[in-house]
Parts: sequence; structure tokens; C-alpha cells
Amino acid sequence: MSTIKTIQGTATPIRIDNLDTDQIMPKQFLRGIDKSGLVVGLLYDLRFDTQGRVKPDFALNQAKYKSANLMLGGSNFGCGSSREHAVWGLLQFGVKAIIAPSFAEIFYSNAMGNQLLLVSLPTEQVERLMQLAERPDAPEIVIDVENLQVTCGDLAPMSFEISKRHQEMFLKGVDVLGMSLSYMDDINAFTKAHWAQQPWVKDVAARMRACV
Amino acid sequence: MTSQTLYQKIVDSHTVRIMDEQNVLLFCDLHLMNEYTSPQAFTGLDERNIKVPMPGQNVSVVSHIIPTHPVAIRVISDKPSALQATNLAKNCSKHGIPLFDTNDAMQGIEHVVAPEHGMIRPGMVVICGDSHTTTYGALGALGFGIGTSEVEHVLATQTLVYRTAQSMRIRVDGVLPKGTTSKDLILMIIGQIGAQGARGFVVEFCGSAIDALSVEARFTLCNMTVEAGSRGALIAPDQTAIDYVLAKCPDIVGETRERALSQWKNLYSDQDAKFEKEYTFDASNVEPHVTWGTSPDQVLAISGKVPVPTQVAPEFKRSTEQALAYTKLNAGGAIEGTPIQHVFIGSCTNARIEDLRAASGIVAGHQVAQGVRAMVVPGSGAVKQQAEKEGLDKIFMDAGFEWRKPGCSMCLAMNDDVLTEGTRCASTTNRNFEGRQGRGAITHLMSPAMAAAAAITGKITDVRQLGN
Repeated sequence: MSTIKTIQGTATPIRIDNLDTDQIMPKQFLRGIDKSGLVVGLLYDLRFDTQGRVKPDFALNQAKYKSANLMLGGSNFGCGSSREHAVWGLLQFGVKAIIAPSFAEIFYSNAMGNQLLLVSLPTEQVERLMQLAERPDAPEIVIDVENLQVTCGDLAPMSFEISKRHQEMFLKGVDVLGMSLSYMDDINAFTKAHWAQQPWVKDVAARMRACV
Repeated sequence: MTSQTLYQKIVDSHTVRIMDEQNVLLFCDLHLMNEYTSPQAFTGLDERNIKVPMPGQNVSVVSHIIPTHPVAIRVISDKPSALQATNLAKNCSKHGIPLFDTNDAMQGIEHVVAPEHGMIRPGMVVICGDSHTTTYGALGALGFGIGTSEVEHVLATQTLVYRTAQSMRIRVDGVLPKGTTSKDLILMIIGQIGAQGARGFVVEFCGSAIDALSVEARFTLCNMTVEAGSRGALIAPDQTAIDYVLAKCPDIVGETRERALSQWKNLYSDQDAKFEKEYTFDASNVEPHVTWGTSPDQVLAISGKVPVPTQVAPEFKRSTEQALAYTKLNAGGAIEGTPIQHVFIGSCTNARIEDLRAASGIVAGHQVAQGVRAMVVPGSGAVKQQAEKEGLDKIFMDAGFEWRKPGCSMCLAMNDDVLTEGTRCASTTNRNFEGRQGRGAITHLMSPAMAAAAAITGKITDVRQLGN
């Protein structure tokens, strides 16, 4: 994990509410056992027609958004399936942050854990950013992770909230699992008491199903 | 001691340590895995040289990519999918994790398999790299979906860094009318509160209509609560739930049984516990429901009319237009009578024995309409065996349905059960997203009985009009 203090660049507006992870990373791209090769799958049905030809009307295919590294989305972005492939695909495509009115919970947790920054702003502010992004001279959006602020052109700075834990994951590049592993003694002490109280949940899978 | 909701009680009893104001290190009693959201997590363990410390709290099921054709020995012909299955078996064997493999007679959809093998017990925390893990609230267990990074975290520590949710209570009183089910109830609720109406919340259901539901009907209800954006669903375990659990858990007997019963008695929300949000619904108003759009909250009673974009609230205009452009329905027209070409009865929402009984009850003595392809994919090997014992397979096949082997199948179409463009499907699944069942295919979510009725008439039909 790297340290990230600011993310800046231009953004592609995607005006779709409830953009679900089935659309972000369709089923046919979920058959790997590693994280590679997801660039082609990102928003596949929106980017390509049934013959595999580029759909010129879709924003991500337009020349003016070619160098965009941010995305502006609709509400409940990332709803549906828990597939983290959606997040990996966005990152592999070059998306560093998404600004939208709201994000679905599992997607939110998956994204922040992978340092794909998700910023919730009120619908009107997202709409204003979309309008600016659509201009030929679209100004850069700057997301300041230390001060939790979004600035863009002449717009007044917009504040956003993320949890302290998530903020530190960006600012310090925290290894979450590494940190949790340092609590293994606590975990083992917990399980001893937990199973003494509820012996019927100890090895709950193995007691019903022998391991071959 | 302050009053607590059932949700808070379960979180408290699984908190290893408090991380900060919002997050706890949460112990997970059971972790379920499938073949497609776990491989990268196992790779991560290998990179850190970690052996799973508590393998007996984990179980895997090959469920999503498996073909469901009615052949004796299943062979996964798609090479990458086959590799996912063998890779899962290899990972489970390496770490000593129990597995329901491709040709195991008890294989099925993970959320159907786990409770029928007694792995879900009241008060547990159950997690899985699959959003429909909310299903287990039906037995008073807190279940929720996680991503692959978190799968790795659970495998390595049997815990999660967990952001605690707020509590919502949904009370449903009254009696569900004949011809309606918990599927219709949850579709109605999602329609009312919206696809993100429960975002940030764990929903506890209560009320006389919930008390009257069977455990399987409760699975359906809790399973689909995630489609309102919720982080979990719960029903306080009552006698119905406890009878179900004890019947599946031969290890809970004698003194253990008495201890378990006395602890499960405390699994309820205290009288004056605080819920951040509350809703009340009347079950007696529920009609059979059908989705018209591309999000589960775009749903109608069967007697209703497809919305007109210019007549909906301004914030829904764009999404209504986009949905109708995809589902090709006439704005303002009736949903009833819409011709369908495919019927799918299956999924972790509606592929249990009671679902198949309800559907076969409608199908019996009828034929699948001309031009319609209809299939039943049982939720598990156990469901399939039971259905065959009851002769339901014969009823379906005599009517012209395909009787398949268990798996997730056409709910998300990761295997070879994929709809072609433009095909309209009456489906007992949980998501009507664009392209979910196949690119350009149109999904109408409904109950098993409603899907069965559509199979017979070839169009979206009010099952109450069929007269069975």
C-alpha cells in the first residue's frame, strides 16, 4: 500500500443511478483465479456493442475523457454483488477516485481497502462537477485527503467525510491484515471464552461436514 | 445495562476489540466460500505464508460456475471455470477446510447448503464473499457479504475489521393474502423504501406476519433485504426457527441443548432498544409483485401500471427512462399480460423445497406455453432429492420444464445458462440488473408461483386468477 495525500485529474461523468457491480464487471470476466486482465471487462456492455465494437456515445469511449483518472457517478454506485473484481477493474483501467452522491456498502469497503478513493458529495455538487467535466476546457478536480476537501475550478471548496480509519489507510498506507495479525493473541483469548460459552459454534463447519 | 437491539447484542458478543468509534474487530463463527470470490484471497495467504488458523469455522461450496445440465457426472467444460473449481478444492485441502465439491451429492448454492447442514445457528456471525449472506438472519444469525480482501482477512484471522451499522426495524402485521408470499412482501418493501433505503442499516423484521412465516419463507425475505442496500437482516429466533435448527443439528442434544436454548432465549431486541429508523407495513395489502425495471426497487403490484417518466418524482425521471429503454415496456401500460419467453425457477432466494412445492402446485396438470423455455434449478442436492421423492420433478417435466442439477445458474449466468439478447424472463431470482441473466435479456423478478403461472400462460400473469 502506498501513501496518498491528494488525487487530482479530470473526470468522466457516468450519469447512471444504481450502477451495479454486474455492469461494472460482467460475469464473463470473473473466471480468473488472479486479479489480472480486468481492464477489458470494465463496464463492458456500456463500452462495447454485441459485436465487440466500441460504442462512441458512451463517455468512457470519448476522446475528451481519454486522460480522465476520476469518475463522477450516480447515487448508490456499486450496488449489488460483492465482487471485488469491480474495484480491481476500475483501478486497472486507471480510475483513482470516484465522486458520487452515495455508494453501496460492500463496494465502499472493497474500494477503500484497495485505495480506490470514494467521495460522497450531495447530488447538486456532483451534478455541478459533471457539468464542468463536460466542458471542453474542463478544470482539474483536486481531492485533498488530508483536509477532506474537493476543489474544482471556480467552485467553492466542497467538504466530504470519510472515517479516520479509511483516511489513515490513504495517508499512511496501512496494511490492514498485517495490523490485525498482531492481535492474534487477543483473538485466541476471545475464542477460548466464546467457545467455552457456546461450544456448539466451535468447528461449526467441520462438525457437520468432514474434511476430505 | 442499557437496552440493546438484537443486532447490537450479536455484535457485542463477537467483538474481540474495539478499534475506534466506528469499527470493531469482529469474530466470525462461520465463513462460507465459493470458487470465484476466494482464489485471490488464498493467493494472498500464500504470499504471507499463512496457514488458516481455524479451518473448522470455514466451508466452501462450488456453486456459481457449475453447469446444471442433467448429466450423471458433471464436467465443467469451460477451462477457466474448471480451474476455479479445482483450485478451490486444492486450497481447501491444503488448509483443511470442508468442501462441497462439483460432484458431491449435497452440492448446491452456498446459502441453501449451509443451513440445511446445520451450520447456521442462532446468534452466530456468518460471512461470505457473496452479498446474499443476509439470508441467515432468518435463524437469528447476523450474515453479510464481503469482498475478496476481507475473505483473505477472515481466512487469516477469523475476524473482520467491521464498521458497525445502525438498526432499522420493519414491523409487518396482518396476514399475507392467498397467492402471495414473502417474496411479494420483500419486493413490496424494497419498492417502498428504495434500493438504498436500508443503506447503513441492519434491518430487524418483526410483527405477526413475520411470525407466521416458515423458516424457508424467512430465508427469502432476509436474502433479498440486501437489495434495499442493507448490511444485514435479522429475525429474532422463535420456536419456528429453533425447531428448524435443532432438527438440523444432531450435535445439539442433552445438556448442550439446554444451554443453547437458554442462551438463544436472549436473542431479541430489548423492549426500549433504540432503532434509528422504523417502518410499518400491513401484510394484508400485499399483492403478487413483479419488477418492471432494472433495479429491484422498480417493482409493481401485478394490478399496477408501468410508470411514466414524466409523472414520477424528478429524481427518478432519468432512471425510469433508462430502465424502460432497457426493459422495452410501454410507460403507463399494464405489466400483466406482458409476453415472456423464458422462466427460471431457482437461486438462493427461491430454490428451496417449499418454493418448488408452490411452483409445482401451479404447474400440475398444465403445459408450458408454446414458445416458452422453462427450467427449474433446485437450490441443492438435498432439495433435489426431496423434490424427486415427492414426485415434483415429474410434475415439472410432464409440463415441459427442464429439471436441472443444483447451482446458482441463471440467477447471475456465470455458467452456461445464459439468456440471449431480447429474451424476457420470469425469474424467481433477486436481481433484475441490466445484463445480469445475459446481455440484453430482460428479467422480471417474482415469486415461484407467479413464475410458474407465467410458464403456463406465456405471459406475466396474476397467479390468483388461475384458480388453483
